[in-house]
Amino acid sequence: MKARIKFRKYGVMRFIGHLDVMRFFQKAMRRAGIPIAFTGGYSPHMIMSFAQPLGVGITSDGEYLDIELREAIDSEEAIRRLNEVMVEGIDVVDFCRIPDDKKSSGMTIVAAAEYRAVLLESAKSADITKPFPDSWQMKLEEFMKRENIVVLKSTKRSEKEVDIKPMIYQMCLKKDGICLFLAAGSEQNLKPDLVIGAFLKFINEEPNGVPFHYHRVDVYARQPEGTEHVCQSSKNIILEGKQHTFIPLSELKII
Amino acid sequence: MRKLALNDEILLKIEKPARYIGNEVNSVMKDPSKVDIRFAMCFPDVYEIGMSHLGIQILYDMFNRREDVWCERVYSPWFDLDQEMRKENIPLFALESQDPIKEFDFLGITIQYEMCYTNILQILDLSEIPLYSRDRDDSVPIVIGGGPCVTNPEPLADFFDLFYIGEGETVYGELFDAYKENQRNGGSRREFLEKAAEIEGIYVPAFYDVTYKEDGTIASFAPMNPHAKARIQKQVVRELTDTCYPQAPVVPFIKVTQDRVVLEIQRGCIRGCRFCQAGMLYRPTRERDVEILKQYAYRMLRSTGHEEISLSSLSSSDYSQLKELVTFLIHEFKEEGINICLPSLRIDAFSLEVMGKVQDVRKSSLTFAPEAGSQRMRDVINKGLTEEMILSGAGQAFEGGWNKVKLYFMLGLPTETEEDMKEIPRLADKIARRYYEIPKDKRNGKCQITTSTSFFIPKPFTPFQWAKMYTNDEYIARAAIVKHEFSEQLNRKSLKYHWHDAEVTVLEGVFARGDRKLSDVILEAYRLGCLFDSWTESFDNEKWMKAFENTGIDIGFYNLRERDVHEIFPWDFIDIGVTKDFLYQEWQKALQGETTPNCRMSCSGCGASRYKGGVCIESKN
Ligand code: SF4
Repeated sequence: MKARIKFRKYGVMRFIGHLDVMRFFQKAMRRAGIPIAFTGGYSPHMIMSFAQPLGVGITSDGEYLDIELREAIDSEEAIRRLNEVMVEGIDVVDFCRIPDDKKSSGMTIVAAAEYRAVLLESAKSADITKPFPDSWQMKLEEFMKRENIVVLKSTKRSEKEVDIKPMIYQMCLKKDGICLFLAAGSEQNLKPDLVIGAFLKFINEEPNGVPFHYHRVDVYARQPEGTEHVCQSSKNIILEGKQHTFIPLSELKII
Repeated sequence: MRKLALNDEILLKIEKPARYIGNEVNSVMKDPSKVDIRFAMCFPDVYEIGMSHLGIQILYDMFNRREDVWCERVYSPWFDLDQEMRKENIPLFALESQDPIKEFDFLGITIQYEMCYTNILQILDLSEIPLYSRDRDDSVPIVIGGGPCVTNPEPLADFFDLFYIGEGETVYGELFDAYKENQRNGGSRREFLEKAAEIEGIYVPAFYDVTYKEDGTIASFAPMNPHAKARIQKQVVRELTDTCYPQAPVVPFIKVTQDRVVLEIQRGCIRGCRFCQAGMLYRPTRERDVEILKQYAYRMLRSTGHEEISLSSLSSSDYSQLKELVTFLIHEFKEEGINICLPSLRIDAFSLEVMGKVQDVRKSSLTFAPEAGSQRMRDVINKGLTEEMILSGAGQAFEGGWNKVKLYFMLGLPTETEEDMKEIPRLADKIARRYYEIPKDKRNGKCQITTSTSFFIPKPFTPFQWAKMYTNDEYIARAAIVKHEFSEQLNRKSLKYHWHDAEVTVLEGVFARGDRKLSDVILEAYRLGCLFDSWTESFDNEKWMKAFENTGIDIGFYNLRERDVHEIFPWDFIDIGVTKDFLYQEWQKALQGETTPNCRMSCSGCGASRYKGGVCIESKN
């Protein structure tokens, strides 16, 4: 029996890295008495997997982890118990059953993530935002019209040039910030600061001189083939002339 | 929403911002306007080390049970943040409220090892509290020192307003009440210190006068304020079971050294090893009730969500209810994926059985601490462990499938000869031989015997407090003798040898038995940039040597002379229960190689029975 937990991460908890959030949830499961299943062996581990790591400093309304249960537990009850043992900056917003098969589990189905990038007065505080210059609307359109957007992507071992254009599913300016819909998951994954960095460079701004705060709105999977699942929060994106439908992970549940 | 002392830019720049944001599960938040006393509890090392300390968790819990006190935590900012704070003029803050330490009523610093002394100055400095207690006025917190190192607080005397000598559970209540009363009456800092000096176990260094002889030793040590006591009585909890114990300790976000539930099963040790300070300091040995410990285990695992539980004490095998407790823990929690972390136990059928249950035999190793290689030397240090016991223990374990052994020894013990040193590798080799006696088809490949030696440091309140130490070069020469002897052993391919650094040993030796004159060296070293001296990566011996040179203080005076019977030690004004006469008698017996029985075999009248608790009254009930 599998369950998916959706949570928000905000406030000071944005300074806690991904691995530590995993550790936090392992302990929280015990504090809340969630009947989670273990692997065997000398040092049994909880069967738990996180959908998509979130960088330090980023806040989120859509974080996910999947767990395996030993026995059933009522969703409302599980949410209540978990929230009793959370700290300020992490709220559990959903707990639902998901199909047991391997291909439904968190890590593998992630296909996209939606972010909001806001402009800050100063890098010192993510709370004080400032409006975008008027000229950005047009510049952003120009930026997105380019054939390809090549950036230098550096990993721990190497640096290489990649075209990130195909991984930007959507990028537009809205009242509350730049809305980014980006490829995510184990196959291809694009971080929002890389896109904003490329944009700033395009408009001849020094990326380090223009502070941004990033917020993840939700994490999405592709609409499974042959299903007619329609939900309010699904996204239809045209990529190379073909329509693709993405739905938030929290919608892929057994009802 | 929670506000932080550090801005986002700094937090995203430094390593592990989680060290500084507080907000952890079970951390205590209060309304500062509703408390009378704000106490900042400090462990002067990095968060991961400080958060692993049981003593602080006990006091944190105990203080916060009082409605009128809010106790918060503070640790040493790592180098990266230290630099930012100085650059941006950010005062050091407490984790819970994120308020500056300088606004608190008390700053309590626990002093667990000598190599944190420069970190203490960093804490004061970043808090904007004058380093010398004599320069402080009513506007800054009262700075209190506690912990094992304050059994000789003298090297730090100038930097602290008062020291709490002994176990924290006893007189803090009285101290807080005295503080509140003084505040109500509009009393000054000095008036408070005078009241505090009247409380048992509280030492106010500024109220004492020390004079020295021409040779540098102490001529007299006496109170010069009528409120100060001539002798300070170490505080001891008589009934350990009745004291408070944190049922919901703070759970850090990041991995810390001790990331688990810790049950303190007993305090003190019956053994009486002559080099061991803890063994004398925490006399008499007192046990905690096993039924209470079982309850604590449940509650603490539930409140923290930790996946591991460990037992803490000296010589855990001596805890009379050990079997009952360990069996209970395995039975109750193993199924739930809780890891039971065993303390090092004497090897016997029981310990091998439980070890086999909680750890993977092929991966884990056995630990022996014979401390000395030869039987003669083990008699000198009163380590009641014979070669036969070691070999038979190891033999049993080898037959049970173990093939890794760790051995711990000390070099530089009083009366040590070359022969004694060479016995260390020989003993390791005998253990390996014992392994290879097992038929090839029944054993698990090669064995691995890892030997570590550290250099012995004489500590105050031990029978060896009169002993001399050696120079850096001499220590290295001794380790070289051992190393060479290892290469001569039959099973040398199965033996590994490591030795600890000697430079740190020399410094620890100086501060362990140092006097008030040493505060200059500590300050000078700090000025020269020494910080986090207990970290190999940041320890800088050259700077330390420069500090000694600049202040004209001679290391030899502290380390290289055997002290005279009549010498007044800087720590003599503290009464730990165990008498100086008993310690001296033990020193003489040591020099003769005579042993002393442990407290359960027979009482040797050390003096600790004055506390009327634990093992001293066990058989007399
Ligand atoms: S008085 Fe006797 S029993 Fe008590 S601690 Fe000392 S030696 Fe042990």
